Amino acid sequence: MDVSVKNLRKEFDRYPALHDVSLDIRSGELIALLGPSGSGKTTLLRLIAGLEQPTLGSIHFGDEDASHKTVQERNIGFVFQHYALFRHMTVADNIAFGLTVRPRGERPPKAEIRRRASELLEMVQLSGLEKRYPNQLSGGQRQRVALARAMAIEPRVLLLDEPFGALDAKVRKELRRWLREFHDRTGHTTVFVTHDQEEALELADRVVVMSQGKIEQVGSSDDVYDRPNSPFVFSFIGDSASVPVSIVDGSVRFRGNEIGVATRQGDITSGEATLFFRPQDVTLVTDPSAPALEGRVVTSRRLAGTRIADLDIGGADEPLHVEIEVPLDAQAANGTSIRFRPLRFKLFAK
Amino acid sequence: MTTTAAASGRWRLKQPSVIPGFGLTLGFSLAYLTLIILIPLAGLVWRSASLSGAEFLGILSDPRTINALKISFGTAFIAAIVNVVFGVIVAWVIVRYEFPGRRIVDAVVDLPFALPTAVAGIALAALYAPNGWIGQILNVFGIKAAFNPTGIVIALVFIGLPFVVRTVQTVMEEIDREIEEAAATLGANRFQTVFRVLLPGLAPAILTGFALAFARGVGEYGSVIFIAGNIPYVSEIAPLLIVIRLEEFNYGAATAIATIMLALSFAMLLVINLIQAWSRRRYGHGA
Repeated sequence: MDVSVKNLRKEFDRYPALHDVSLDIRSGELIALLGPSGSGKTTLLRLIAGLEQPTLGSIHFGDEDASHKTVQERNIGFVFQHYALFRHMTVADNIAFGLTVRPRGERPPKAEIRRRASELLEMVQLSGLEKRYPNQLSGGQRQRVALARAMAIEPRVLLLDEPFGALDAKVRKELRRWLREFHDRTGHTTVFVTHDQEEALELADRVVVMSQGKIEQVGSSDDVYDRPNSPFVFSFIGDSASVPVSIVDGSVRFRGNEIGVATRQGDITSGEATLFFRPQDVTLVTDPSAPALEGRVVTSRRLAGTRIADLDIGGADEPLHVEIEVPLDAQAANGTSIRFRPLRFKLFAK
Repeated sequence: MTTTAAASGRWRLKQPSVIPGFGLTLGFSLAYLTLIILIPLAGLVWRSASLSGAEFLGILSDPRTINALKISFGTAFIAAIVNVVFGVIVAWVIVRYEFPGRRIVDAVVDLPFALPTAVAGIALAALYAPNGWIGQILNVFGIKAAFNPTGIVIALVFIGLPFVVRTVQTVMEEIDREIEEAAATLGANRFQTVFRVLLPGLAPAILTGFALAFARGVGEYGSVIFIAGNIPYVSEIAPLLIVIRLEEFNYGAATAIATIMLALSFAMLLVINLIQAWSRRRYGHGA
C-alpha cells in the first residue's frame, strides 16, 4: 500500500511540531524516520497512524484520502516503544485482541482466531508461549509479541515507534536483522522511527532525515551518507568535521590561505561557505610548500585499525577542532603539527 | 549465601536480604499489631468464651441476631457494589479530565473521611426522611429512602465512597496512554477499550476498594443509626444490637455477636485478599 503525506503541518498549542512535510512511501518499502529528539519524527508517524490529527495537509493510503479517518478505520499496525501489551491477557489473547474486537459479522470464528494467533506466534518465533503473560517475557520477546499483535489485523501499513529503543544493544542488533527478514518475507509497507543512525542506515530501504519539524533529506543509506544535501545531514549522519572557509575564484581558502582544495561544478564560486568532510576522507600532506590545512594534535585515540587525531587548526586565539583519521605509522604525538587536505568534501554556502 | 543455605538443607526463617533491618522491623510490626489489634480482639473472644456453648448457639440462632447480621452484611455488600460502580466513574473523571474545579471535586471525595459520622447520619436522615428535600421527591414515586434498609445503604454508600475512589485513582493514574492507543490501532472502539482493556487491568485495585468499603460498611455505626429507623428484624444493624446488649449489661451476648461479626468479616476479607493475590500474580503486578 502506497502512503503519501502531503503538506502536513501539526501544531501543539500553537507550537509547530511539523512544518509542511511531504513524503511518498512506496508499497512494500521499509522506511526509517531518523532525527534527533524533537525533530518531529514520532509526530509524523502518529499522524500517519491517526493517533494525532493534522493541523493542515492530508494523508493518502493508496488513492484514498485517509486524513479524516479514525485510527480504527485506517487499519494500520502500530508497535510502541514500550510494547503497550495488555498485561492482564495471555500472549495468545494479546495477539488475538484485534480480531476479537471486530464486529460480529466480520469476526472470524474462535477456532480460526486461535489458529491465526499461533500462526503469528510461529512467525515471530515464539511458539509455545501462548499461555504466558507479558510480564513473564523478556523485552525482546515482548516486542515480538507486540509486532505479532499488530500483524494480526492484517494492516495495510506497519508503523513502528522506536521499536528497539528500550532493548539492550545485543538484543537490538538481533531484532534489527530479524525485522529486516520479517519485512522481506511479508512485504508490508513499513515505517519506523529511530534516533539511532546505525539502525536506520542498516535496516531501511530509504532513510528520511528530519530536523526541527522538517524533512532534510530522503534517500538510500548511500545517498544520505555520501551525498548529504545539507549541513545538518552531513553533521548528523556519521562523523564529520566542518571548517568555515571563503571561496575566491574557485579556490577554497581558510583564513585567507589556500588549502589545496578547489571547488567543483555546482559548488558556489565565491563567498563565505562551510567545508564539511569526514575524518577518513583526508590525506596527509608531507610537502611543506604544498597548500594544506595545518593543525596541532591536541589528543589522539586508537580506534580499531586506525588512529583518530583531534587537531586544533585554529591556533591559540581562536581554537578550531577537527578530527581526522591518521595512519598508525604517522607521527601523531600530542603537540606535533599535521598537515592534511580533505579528499572528499562538500561545501555549503553560508 | 542463598545457595550455601540451601545446600546445607537448613530451614531458615529469614531469607538473606540486602535491605537491612528485617529482624527489627518485623519485630516492631508484630509487637505493634499485637498491641493495637490482636490483644483487644483476643479480649473480645475471651470474653465471649465465658458463655457456654449452648448459650452461644442460642444467641447465634436468635432470629434477631441473624436478621441484624443479614442486614449489616447485606447492606454493606450492596453499598460496596454501588460504590465500586460510581467510585470508578468518579476516579475516572478526576484522573482523565481537566476541568475547572477538578481539585475541589478531588478534595470533596475525602469529606466522608473527615466528617463525624453522626453528623453525616443526621444530615442524610434529614434529607431522605419522607418530609426531607430528597425524601419528598422520592415519596412521589412511592420510594421510601429512610428508616428502612434502603436508608442504611444510602448511609454506607456515603461512608464508603472515598475508599473506592482513592484506591482506584492511584492505579488509574499509572495507566499508560499507549495502552489505549494500542487498543485503538487494533480496531477497538472506546467501549471495548474501557471494558476489555482498562477495567480488567484495574480489577485488583477495584477489588481492594470494594474490600475496604465493604469492611467499613459492616462496622459502621454512627451514620447508620440515624437513618436506619432501627426496627428490630427489619433495619437493625448488628453493631446497634451489640450496643443494645451492652446497655442491658448483657456483655456475654454483646461479645458473642461481636465475635461472630469478627469471624465473618475476617473470612470475607481473607477470601477477597486471596482473589486479589491471585489476580495480581496473574496480571504481573509485582509478582
